[in-house]
Amino acid sequence: MAKHHIEAIVNGDPVEFLCDTEETLLDVLRDTLNLTGSKEGCASGDCGACSVTLDGRLVCSCLVLGCEVGGRRIETIEGMAEGERLHPLQQRFLEHAALQCGICTPGFLVASKALLERTPEPTEHEIRYWLAGNLCRCTGYDKIVSAVKDAAATMRKG
Amino acid sequence: MRYEAPESVEGAVALLSAATGETRVLAGGTDLLVQMRADVVDPDLIVDIKRIAETRSITEERGGWRIGAAVTGAELKEHPRLKKVWPGVIEAANLIGSTQIQGRATLGGNLCNGSPAADSVPALIAAGAVATLAGPQGRRDLPVEDVMLGPRKLALKKGEIIVSFLLPPRPPRSSDAYLRFIPRTEMDIAVVGAGVSLSLDGSGTISGARVSLGAVAARVLLVQEAAQAIIGSRLDLAAQQRLEAAARAACRPIDDKRGTIEFRTDVAAVLARRAALIALDRARTS
Repeated sequence: MAKHHIEAIVNGDPVEFLCDTEETLLDVLRDTLNLTGSKEGCASGDCGACSVTLDGRLVCSCLVLGCEVGGRRIETIEGMAEGERLHPLQQRFLEHAALQCGICTPGFLVASKALLERTPEPTEHEIRYWLAGNLCRCTGYDKIVSAVKDAAATMRKG
Repeated sequence: MRYEAPESVEGAVALLSAATGETRVLAGGTDLLVQMRADVVDPDLIVDIKRIAETRSITEERGGWRIGAAVTGAELKEHPRLKKVWPGVIEAANLIGSTQIQGRATLGGNLCNGSPAADSVPALIAAGAVATLAGPQGRRDLPVEDVMLGPRKLALKKGEIIVSFLLPPRPPRSSDAYLRFIPRTEMDIAVVGAGVSLSLDGSGTISGARVSLGAVAARVLLVQEAAQAIIGSRLDLAAQQRLEAAARAACRPIDDKRGTIEFRTDVAAVLARRAALIALDRARTS
């Protein structure tokens, strides 16, 4: 069967691509659009490494079909820094050493950004529950939670 | 594999009715894509119902609430009024998976996935929710407890989809609650789930109740004996004990890695009692 021709907005830019029905949004991002920041961990929606936002909503891109996103707005980790200037979350993740191997980091950053857009002053409880779908096997999470709290404080100061 | 995203209910029904091979309806995809990936299902046709406005809206209707089958858990939680009227339904839907899953998972999908452990289903059954189905013969309403027949088995006929759910009008002094047991606090599948909805009369006596149990039988159960056990009471200790006994008697669980028959039966009784107490407390202050 012919490929689907899809037009969408990725990180603010209009994109068009061709995909098979079986291809996930994650496949399209990584293999067709060469946006390899989103990672494939589990491919079953358990680990959050492929987190992106779809029309502003945090989702696992491994659980979205590429052909579903026509006309939708997608934000990935590649859209987070402004040129050379890191987002406060990225800056704080570095300062707090909130990453080791780094595979989970894009997902954590995208998910944390979605949290802070809704909840500028989250409690530790809120941070931990919001990020329950992002798995990290290196850090033990404490440094990630600290980095998110610290970034939230920075962002509130503007 | 063909993918279609019709913009009308009739369009979806026509596609599904005419299909000859294996078909799947796609709502949030949080079960379907995992099953496709694991080669559990290999549909010839996927019909995405998210472009149909009716499946994506929450509206007031005849004093109740109509919730589209493809409304996500995150959207339910953010609705300004639903949580006050149906806190149990909202808390149940929001126990399904992570934030990311909440962004996609839907009530229609949770029900049609056909799992006896689906978290939103006992809450919907306790609420007295009715599913509106559309098919080649037109529309029909089916109480949620009659939609699922057994694991992965539904009462839907060929070409039928669930369009929406209707939550009935709420009398004053009414509320609901859902509790589930898992070995941790997040991100797991219910070992047992219990939904209770109740209404109080002016004196604080329970005038109406519905009790539903999940993951203790081949389908999610509406336990009428458990409701009868507390109607007419103020949920005093004796009524709580009757509720526990009725819940226990209704259980027909399996032994598996999540829990034994004995454990599930005990926990079902405890959760039914605790959910009833929470619903009572909420009804008093509603």
